[in-house]
Amino acid sequence: MDRRAVIRAALISLATLPLSTVTSTDATDAGTATTLEAFADTLIPGAKRFPGDAAVAGVAGPPGGADVGYLDLLRHPLVGMGPLLPGVSAALNVAAAWYATTHLILLPISVPSFVGLAHPHRTAVVDDLLHGPDRLVWVLMAMLASAAFDSAAHRHTADAVLNGHPGMTFTRFPLPGPDGLWRYTDYSYGRKLADTHPRTTVTGNPS
Amino acid sequence: MTIETTDVAVIGSGFGGAIPGYRCASAGARVVILERGPRLSSQELGQDLAVGTYTTAIDAIVGDGITVLAGNCVGGSSVAYYAASLRAPSFVFQRQGGLGRRLWPAALSRATLDPWYDRVEASLPVVQQSWSEVSYAGGLFAAACAQAGRTCNPVPVAVDLATCVNCNWMLSGCQFDAKRSLLLNYLPAAEAHGAQVRPLHEVQTISPAATPGYRYRLSVLVFDGSGGTTPVDTVCLEAKVVVLAAGAVGTPVILQRSIWTLGDMPAAVGRHFSGNGDRVSIAVMNEDRIRDVLGLSRAPGIAYDALPLGKAITTMCFDRLDSSLPEFERFSLQQIYFPPMTNILASAPGWWGLAKKRMRGRWRSWLTLLAMTEDDNEGIFGVPPLVGSFTRLGPALGIGSMRYRPSPSTRRGWAAADAELRIIMERNGLSTVTPWHEEPGGVVTAHPLGSCRLGDDPATSALDHRHELRGYPGLFVTDGAAVPTALCVNPSLTIAALADRASSFILERLVFSGVQVNQSLSMPLQ
Repeated sequence: MDRRAVIRAALISLATLPLSTVTSTDATDAGTATTLEAFADTLIPGAKRFPGDAAVAGVAGPPGGADVGYLDLLRHPLVGMGPLLPGVSAALNVAAAWYATTHLILLPISVPSFVGLAHPHRTAVVDDLLHGPDRLVWVLMAMLASAAFDSAAHRHTADAVLNGHPGMTFTRFPLPGPDGLWRYTDYSYGRKLADTHPRTTVTGNPS
Repeated sequence: MTIETTDVAVIGSGFGGAIPGYRCASAGARVVILERGPRLSSQELGQDLAVGTYTTAIDAIVGDGITVLAGNCVGGSSVAYYAASLRAPSFVFQRQGGLGRRLWPAALSRATLDPWYDRVEASLPVVQQSWSEVSYAGGLFAAACAQAGRTCNPVPVAVDLATCVNCNWMLSGCQFDAKRSLLLNYLPAAEAHGAQVRPLHEVQTISPAATPGYRYRLSVLVFDGSGGTTPVDTVCLEAKVVVLAAGAVGTPVILQRSIWTLGDMPAAVGRHFSGNGDRVSIAVMNEDRIRDVLGLSRAPGIAYDALPLGKAITTMCFDRLDSSLPEFERFSLQQIYFPPMTNILASAPGWWGLAKKRMRGRWRSWLTLLAMTEDDNEGIFGVPPLVGSFTRLGPALGIGSMRYRPSPSTRRGWAAADAELRIIMERNGLSTVTPWHEEPGGVVTAHPLGSCRLGDDPATSALDHRHELRGYPGLFVTDGAAVPTALCVNPSLTIAALADRASSFILERLVFSGVQVNQSLSMPLQ
């Protein structure tokens, strides 16, 4: 084991230390959830949900990645990532602790390491992970954050948009009709807007 | 383990499989079509972006430098496609690529393929859209082209326009059966002639048959449709003729794995993979400039604000499909819609963070544009996975063995398309246009091609002009893998036309193998 490995092992212990200080009986879940919400908030920044919300950095208005059901999607039976989340969270906190050490940043011990970083530093950690050897894992985690925000992939779409899913409300995804289906009768400017190519064939194809 | 026999075994039920399956069945041959995905009705997927809906019918296969979207159900990609049905321009068939010599077989040209295009257009069928059927997004692109001095055409589509409700849910099949997928024409016609379509049957290898009179044996894993990766049964199917149409990601992997059972493969198997030169960009439109410069308005005070309304593909610009331009500088530009789970790929210019969130806030003012350029067939397949054509990670997501590093020529084509898009879309402050970010998934394409391609040169093509794998009589490849080069248009109609043409050679081989078949040219509507 080289010196780097010793440091990383120590950081793993350090990174998980805040979890053991939480008194909740569901301590690991709480730390994991807060860390992953902070990750989603870094990708899609939002507003603090309540006073003292540590997961959300609060650098943008609502909604953000922490508001849209990211954890529900990760734990969805078909996605099946639930059992992996403590490990993913720990890896994120190890990276954050390593970053804090190398940048001489003093981390609070009351929250997981990644959550203890300010938004610009969270951004730097995530950027490093997305360019590191495990980039596929982090791209997948980012894809799922996007899927939760943009398409509410953990919910049926009609249900999500009719009940004000924050991400799809933010992007103004259209509402379905009364029967829950989408149809548009108003979809076209209804007039010719350009000349067609002079060598278009009779079947409408390029020659 | 069961051993069955048939005249024709078809691997895959997309355009490359359904059409030969129909032609052989209607000619009187015994046909079994094996499809790795489930059989889903057009209503089953619903209008839904939830995990477990469309994710049962389509896969995103992530390779090294490229991500491919591919169908995974009976009907293949026709279930999820956007039905844009175009003939490849004449110059495509003359392409030389980086090799500096003709890539397509001399027997194939636009003129020789036109009769086959005619047949598949009539069978799907394909229709032309009028301007009143063009979506707001398509109309906006047309108006932007016109103000930049360009032409713009409504796109021919395989859609029953009288039935279409312009809901823009084509990725989820078609709730209203307006989209003419293969579930509505070739596949039911094949079954009417006795073909068996077997979903959840994934072919692993091809080997020599043991039964006298039969040439090939397929080893097949059968799944239960629960999404699990453990097979519930194993089947061996022996056939006189095999039609391999597992898609440009599936086909080369089956052949690579079959080296252990069949012997050496042509060098071009698993090489020369193309993403059709696809390059997607997002124009974030300035609504005021749309009104002031283009004079467009769809409601009082609303110029556009309509990305999700109407059919997914409605207009495109043919201007750069000009045979006088140098190779790699010819392309089409097409208005297209992608559902919001692809928003991660939009570039603001970064693909995440504060600026990207602001970009999301203007989602309805996006105009998505697809450039289909000439790439250099630079993709290759590495070591195949032990089973399947890729390693599944979860619903609709897997890791493939393909690698794609865009060549300088491919990059040159993309740069030319980017420049043309900026001229059209940024003129007079209409928008800011940026290509999809390559970092999350590399090049992203729904048009994989060329991984087992046609050609006259055995060194650079795996198939002869009859679609027969070199050295393996009776083993045909008829899907996108056979297409030698990027097409500069959406490939489905060309794959269909080539598969229909190849069916005549398949029937000849059946006759040679002693099967009594009617070799007349049948069509599913007849």
